[in-house]
Amino acid sequence: MDQRFSITIDGKEVAASPGQTILEVARENDIYIPTLCHYEGTTNVGACRVCAVEVENARSLVASCCMPVSAGMIITTNSQRVINARKLVVELIWASGDHNCLTCEKNGDCELQDLIYKLGIEKPRFEIDPPGYAIEDTNSMIQRDLNKCILCGRCVRVCNEIQVHEVLDFSMRGSHAKVGPAFDADYIDSACVFCGSCVDACPVGALTFKQARFEGRPWEIEKVRTTCPYCGVGCQMDLNIHEGKVVKVTTDREYGQPNFGSLCSKGRFGMNFIDNPDRLTTPLIRKDGELQEASWDEAYGYIADKFAAIKEKNGADSIAGLSSARVTNEENYLFQKFMRAVIGTNNVDHCARL
Amino acid sequence: MTNSIGEIEFTDAILAIGTNTTENHPVIGSSVKRAVRRHGAKLIVIDPRRIGLVDYADIWLRPKPGTNVAVLNGLMNVIIDEGLYAKEYVETRTEGFEAMKEAVAQYTPDHVEGITGIPADDLRTAARIYAEAKSASILYAMGITQHSHGTDNVKSCANLSMLCGNVGIEGGGVNPLRGQNNVQGACDMGALPNVFPAYQQVANDDARAKFEEAWGVSLPAKPGLTIMEIMNAAHDGTLKGLYIMGENPMVSDPDLTHVKASLKNLDILVVQDIFLNETGQLADVVLPSACFAEKDGTFSNTERRVQRIRKAVEAPGEAKADWQIIAELATKLDYSMSYSSAEEIMGEINGVAPSYAGITYERIEEEGLQWPCPSTDHPGTKYLHKDTFSRGLGLFSAIDYRPSDELPDEEYPFILTTGRVLYHFHTATMTRRSEGLNERYPESLAEVNSKDAEKLGIKEGDVITVSSRRGSLQVKASVVDTPPEGTIFMNFHFSEAAVNLLTNPALDPIGKIPEYKVCAVKVEAA
Repeated sequence: MDQRFSITIDGKEVAASPGQTILEVARENDIYIPTLCHYEGTTNVGACRVCAVEVENARSLVASCCMPVSAGMIITTNSQRVINARKLVVELIWASGDHNCLTCEKNGDCELQDLIYKLGIEKPRFEIDPPGYAIEDTNSMIQRDLNKCILCGRCVRVCNEIQVHEVLDFSMRGSHAKVGPAFDADYIDSACVFCGSCVDACPVGALTFKQARFEGRPWEIEKVRTTCPYCGVGCQMDLNIHEGKVVKVTTDREYGQPNFGSLCSKGRFGMNFIDNPDRLTTPLIRKDGELQEASWDEAYGYIADKFAAIKEKNGADSIAGLSSARVTNEENYLFQKFMRAVIGTNNVDHCARL
Repeated sequence: MTNSIGEIEFTDAILAIGTNTTENHPVIGSSVKRAVRRHGAKLIVIDPRRIGLVDYADIWLRPKPGTNVAVLNGLMNVIIDEGLYAKEYVETRTEGFEAMKEAVAQYTPDHVEGITGIPADDLRTAARIYAEAKSASILYAMGITQHSHGTDNVKSCANLSMLCGNVGIEGGGVNPLRGQNNVQGACDMGALPNVFPAYQQVANDDARAKFEEAWGVSLPAKPGLTIMEIMNAAHDGTLKGLYIMGENPMVSDPDLTHVKASLKNLDILVVQDIFLNETGQLADVVLPSACFAEKDGTFSNTERRVQRIRKAVEAPGEAKADWQIIAELATKLDYSMSYSSAEEIMGEINGVAPSYAGITYERIEEEGLQWPCPSTDHPGTKYLHKDTFSRGLGLFSAIDYRPSDELPDEEYPFILTTGRVLYHFHTATMTRRSEGLNERYPESLAEVNSKDAEKLGIKEGDVITVSSRRGSLQVKASVVDTPPEGTIFMNFHFSEAAVNLLTNPALDPIGKIPEYKVCAVKVEAA
C-alpha cells in the first residue's frame, strides 16, 4: 500500500494504486462514469468510448476503462466536452441499430436505454439505419437479434475469458462487423454449449432468453435466489418468477462462491420440468393392479398398516428406505431419523454410489 | 473435496482423472480452463476417452479402462525413483510410507505401459509435472469410484497427493467432484446404513446413546444394508417393504432385470417423487413431492458448502415438501414429528451433528458455510487437514492393481463404459422435460470408435445392438474418436436404451459401488 499515490477526479483528491484504471479508481470513490463495453473480470477493450474522460495535458479524451492512473493525474468526468462526446457516441450507437424499446424484451433493464435517459437525449439526432439482419430463431433457448447488437464484445469476452468455451468472436469489418460463432453459424449449429453467460452479459436486447419473451417485464419479475438442483457444484442462481411461474434463470456475480455468476445449460435451461403437466399432484394407491388417485390420509394409512404388519411379523430389518441425493439436508435428516427411530432399522442408503 | 472450488483456478497444476469435468461439472470445467488459459497452470488429464479437457491439457494419459491403480502407482514410482517427493512432509505428517513405497516399486514406467498402454515417457513427464508443482490439485469423479476396485483408486489418489505434500495446503488436495446437488449432504445427514448424521457410527455405543436421548427411542446397533444389498434382499424375499424417496433405481442401478424382479417381489413399495418415474410405475403407493423450487431447505455442495434453497413457486396440486410427508407419516406411525419449517429441522441438526453445529439459516442467508463449522462464531473450513490430518498422521496405503471384474473375451470383445452427457442429468426425469436440452441432445447415442465402426460396418446414425451377459439393447451409433478402440461409451439417461440392462453389478468390497465403468459387451450392426 506504500506505493499508493494521489490523483484528482472532478476536483476531489483520491488515493490510487499503480496498475488501476481511471474507471476503477472512480468507482471505488463513487464517482459516476458510464460504461457499456466494460465487463468486470474480462479484458478492458475501450470499444464503446462512453467512458471517455478528460485528462489534463492529454491530447484527446481518453477511455477511462483502459487508461492506467499515474501520480498526480487530474481528471474531469463531467465537463461539457466529455458530455458532448458521450452523447455523440450514444446517439451513433442508437442510430446504427433497431433499438425499438416498445417491443424489446430488455425494456426497463437495458443499459443503452438507461444511458440515453441519463444523458437527457430527447430524440435521435441521426437517421436510424439498422443493418437488417434476420432474427435468429433456430433454438428455444437464446434469441439473437443482431440488429440490436452494439458490438461491445461483452458476450465474446465472457465466452472466451470466463467460460472459456471459445465459441464467440467478431467477424467482418467496419459497419459489417458482427459477433457470433465461427462461420457465421447459428448458435444451435455451432459448438455453443448454451451456458447462457452471453445473455447475462449483453447490455441491450441483442441476446435474450427466448422462453421468457412476453412472459413478464423486468419490473414485474420477482427474483428468488436459490441453489441449482443438478450437479454437486451448487451454483447460486435466481429463479425469475412471473405470475407464479419460473420464466427464466439468471445469475448475479455478486453472489460469489462457488460459481461467481456462471451456470451451465442444465441450470440455465433445465427448468421446464417444474410446471410440466406430468407432475404428480395427488397420492396414488395401487388398486386392482392400477395406480389410482387417493387422499393423503388413505395413503398414509395404507403405508402405516403395511409397515406395522411387516415389522410385527418379520422384524424392522425387513423394511428398508432409500433416501435421496436430490432432496435437502433437512429431508435426508428426517428420512434417516424415520427409518432408525420410527421403523427401527439402519437399512437406509441413497444413490451416492450410482 | 478436501479443498474448495475457488482454489482450482489459482493452483499451479491440476491432475484430472476419471472426471469429464466440462460435461458433468461444467462450471468447474471452466475454472480448470481459466487456470490453464489465464493463469498458466499445468493440466494433466488421465482418461480413456478424449474428453473436452484434453484440448487444454499439457499431457493426456490414455489408460485402458479399469487400470487407474497401475497409472497412479506408476506416477508414484517415478516420483519416488527420481526423488521428487515431499520428503519432510512424508516424514513429519504421514505414516505407512515404506510399505507404500514397496508396493509401487514394481510399477516401473515400462511395467505400467504393459498394463495401461500409456507410453513410459508420457508417464514420466506427467509425474514430473505433478511433483514439481508448488501446489497441485487432484480432481476426480465416478471414473475413479465406479469400479470393483473403486476404493483402491481413491486411496491411490490420496497416496499421490500426500506423497507430494499436497494435502492440507491451499490449491492442493484430493477433490472428488460430486455428481448430485446434495449427495454430500445426504451422506452428511446419515442417509447411510452405518452412520448417524456427521458420520457418527451406529455401532458405537456412545453415538447411539446420544441419538437415543435426542430422539427418545432405543436404536438398533447393527449397521444396515447398502443399496445393492437392499435390492438383493428384496430379490431373495428377506426384505418385504421398501420406501424410496427421490430415486429412480429402475434406470440408475446396474442389471435392471434383477432390479425389476427385486422390486416386484416386495410386499409394499412406496415411491415418493415429483414424477411417476420408471420406479414409481412399479409402486403400491406413490406420494407426490414438491420440487426444489417449491420449498425451503439447504443443499451441501461438493466443497462441503451448505447453501439455501428457497420457495419460489407453489407446488402443484396436493404435492408436499418431502420433509412434511416424512413427518406426517412418522406421526401416523405413532412417532410424533412436528416441525413448522425446514429451518426448525436445521436447528435439530445443529444439536446432533457437530460439523454442522454452527450452520444456521441466518448465517447462510448471503453466502453458504463450509463444514466443519462447529460453532456459530466459526467461519467454516476452506480446506481440510491443515497442519494435521483428522486422524493425526496421514496414512499411506499399499495397493496393488486388480483387473476389473469382467474383461472382454471372444464372445464379448468390447469394453462398455458409461457416464453422463452435458445436456442431461442422471435418469433424465427432469432434463428430458426441458425443451432446449432436448434440442441439443434428443436421443441416446452410443459412441463407437471410428476404426471399430469400420470393422463392424457401422456408420454414423446406424442402429446397433449392444449385448452383455445380462441383457441387450438397441441404440443409435455415433462414430467418433472419443472412446479408444475396443471401447464403447453409453450414457444412462434414456430408459428406452437403458444401459444398465447391460452393466455389471460387481461391487467394490468396501464402497459397495457397482462397476459401471467396465463390463464386456458385443456390438453388432442391427
